[in-house]
Amino acid sequence: MSAQWLTETEAKEKRQTDIGPPHYEKFLPPVIKKNYGDWKYHELLEPGVSVHVANSGDKVFTVRIGSPRILSTDTIRDMLEVADKFCGGYIRWTTRNNVEFLTDKEETVKSLKAELQKRGYSVGGIGPRVSNVVHTQGWVHCHSACTDASGLVKAMMDEFHDYFVEKSLPNKVRLAVACCVNMCGAVHCSDIAVVAVHRKVPHIDHELVKNMCEIPTTVASCPTRAISPDPGKKSIKINADKCMYCGNCFTVCPPVDIHNPENDGVAIMVGGKVGSLRKGPMFSKLAVPYIPNEPPRWPTVIKHLKTILETYASHARKHERVGEWIERIGWERFFSLTGIPFTFQHIDDFTFMRDTLRTSAAFKY
Amino acid sequence: MKKYDTPLLDELEKGPWPSFVTEIKKAAQKHEAAADELGQLEKSYKTKRGYWKHGGIVGVLGYGGGVIGRYSNLPDEFPGVAHFHTVRINQPSGFYYKSDSLREILDLWDKYGSGLTNMHGSTGDMVMLGCKTEALEPFFAEISSRGWDLGGSGSALRTPSCCMGASKCEWSNIDTMNLANTLTQAYQDELHRPMWPYKFKFKIAGCAVDCVASIARADCSIIGTWRGDIQIDQGEVENYAKQGMDIKAEIVDMCPTGCMSYESKLEINNAECSRCMHCIAKMTKALGPGPEKGASILIGSKAPIVVGSLLSWVVVPFMKMEPPYEEFKDLADKMIEWWDDNAKPRERIGELIEAKGMRPFLEAIGVEAQPQQVYEPRKDPFFFWKDEDLG
Repeated sequence: MSAQWLTETEAKEKRQTDIGPPHYEKFLPPVIKKNYGDWKYHELLEPGVSVHVANSGDKVFTVRIGSPRILSTDTIRDMLEVADKFCGGYIRWTTRNNVEFLTDKEETVKSLKAELQKRGYSVGGIGPRVSNVVHTQGWVHCHSACTDASGLVKAMMDEFHDYFVEKSLPNKVRLAVACCVNMCGAVHCSDIAVVAVHRKVPHIDHELVKNMCEIPTTVASCPTRAISPDPGKKSIKINADKCMYCGNCFTVCPPVDIHNPENDGVAIMVGGKVGSLRKGPMFSKLAVPYIPNEPPRWPTVIKHLKTILETYASHARKHERVGEWIERIGWERFFSLTGIPFTFQHIDDFTFMRDTLRTSAAFKY
Repeated sequence: MKKYDTPLLDELEKGPWPSFVTEIKKAAQKHEAAADELGQLEKSYKTKRGYWKHGGIVGVLGYGGGVIGRYSNLPDEFPGVAHFHTVRINQPSGFYYKSDSLREILDLWDKYGSGLTNMHGSTGDMVMLGCKTEALEPFFAEISSRGWDLGGSGSALRTPSCCMGASKCEWSNIDTMNLANTLTQAYQDELHRPMWPYKFKFKIAGCAVDCVASIARADCSIIGTWRGDIQIDQGEVENYAKQGMDIKAEIVDMCPTGCMSYESKLEINNAECSRCMHCIAKMTKALGPGPEKGASILIGSKAPIVVGSLLSWVVVPFMKMEPPYEEFKDLADKMIEWWDDNAKPRERIGELIEAKGMRPFLEAIGVEAQPQQVYEPRKDPFFFWKDEDLG
């Protein structure tokens, strides 16, 4: 290894800019390169094992494991050891933070899977079940987080582990967590998702606003026009009746601090999807408006998620996604089946109000 | 090195799913920064609030983006994370890696950073979590001299991302990885030097299954599709029936356009097919996309901030997508230019289209009005006329 290393001076001399990423062809396993663009079909063999068959007759087997997204360099090295031993050193990540080990030899699959399990990895996540959770940085690394994301995900995936490694559902269920409404993950279009929310008007540090913020930008940042200039204080004021706690003002002006540990918490959204299969892509809709933050394991959140997932599992028809199932039975039935109370927060008074109020006398009790 | 007691985080090492706490502890064996990350995080778990400050201006020479400044609010208590910046490394298309190449990055990250990564961030980059300001430039010199570059951040083009496409999936109607790589290379300046009203994302999916969530998260969504008849292997249809698939209930009755029937064989009225992928996805051996491949171009999706979530809208129903992709790049340049000329600060292109109307946008990019762009025509009679419309 050390023979390839450059000194820091050499590295500085060879420094380049705007070269873009390495070309992906460098990293493709030979069987993938050979059959690129020429695949015939694929099949799920087990919850964590699939096969893709090429028109040439070549096969590539995929063994998938979950990852906690935050990975230490040492754990990645551990995965690379497995890749070196079984997969010619090739390894792939998925868009949902899973890791895939590929081999063109059927006889390798069993020992590859055993090796991964021996090293403590969970093999699964393919097909009609729960895959890994797309999520954001949370308290681990983000300035605007009002909950943790990695901790919530850990608690969720411990609870749903059976649905990752083994158990089937009517269709796939995509979970997501966002640690604020900025949503650096696809929470707004996930089957079941957790999004952290604020519930109180930000506290304004007028002295700091004066020094740090551009007033017109801060005023303009508010989607509900709740913010106006306060010329006397050379700061801003907030009309509390109009504030919906989105935190956009905080992002452009940090002294407008929206964090409030007693009142921050999370909401649960359900029924979104991104694919066009059967029905077009769907937004997630509000199921539970607020649950307080309960670190380290958020038991109330987990209880609700479990209820929603299990109600879906036992009521949906084969191939129905969560959103399709709810649309078929109706939202009034979703609330009665899950026992989740319906509150004023469920009635939209923001962007989508017109589209979401019922305009028919045909409904269920 | 164990620096802090972490009773709350220790709870998250229990259970079958791999634990991020174990990962931070592993890195903390070697890195002061990871040890202090753990200490600060335990405090967050105790007090239920985060302690990170807004990013300041920090980066590498010649770049305006790619590094996100991150500082602790409690630098005296947790000096190891006093500055703890994110470095985004542009991922290779499709997230494929080779061990020797990835090991170079890991070794360098142990030398210059905290030993913690996100594989991957939500936009797709490899995220190196926790770099000191003085280590940014040498880390970048090292990785760039070995052929790696930074991704995007700030009001810039964000790192284009794609599904695995033709590399492993028979449904892919376009070469997503090649297109993502081509766009990334073509827009290096726009990626690295934030100069726009806000962020702009390209996401590329090979088919309507949309494994990369392009329709929900990309300002410009490129989704592979086809024209012509779905390919049918009737023998394989028969095999699915023999193996117990209820083809009527699972395939025919679930077809959203009702364009299929099944008696002795599967018939598809392709003219009525909306190419949703349900039947193909459920009968992988029997059905495949039609022969003329291309992509639909959609515009405008984003998460809720500022005015609520948007899904991408159809702009161009079908476009051929073959290298060097000049037709698409011309269109993308026009879309971005119109947005850059007209948007307010922090206004995404979808929000701008909502504010200004779809017609000015379509006219600016030279695309005709077509029924594929809407679910239904408008419900009100309050429309604009221009003099040239009056004839």
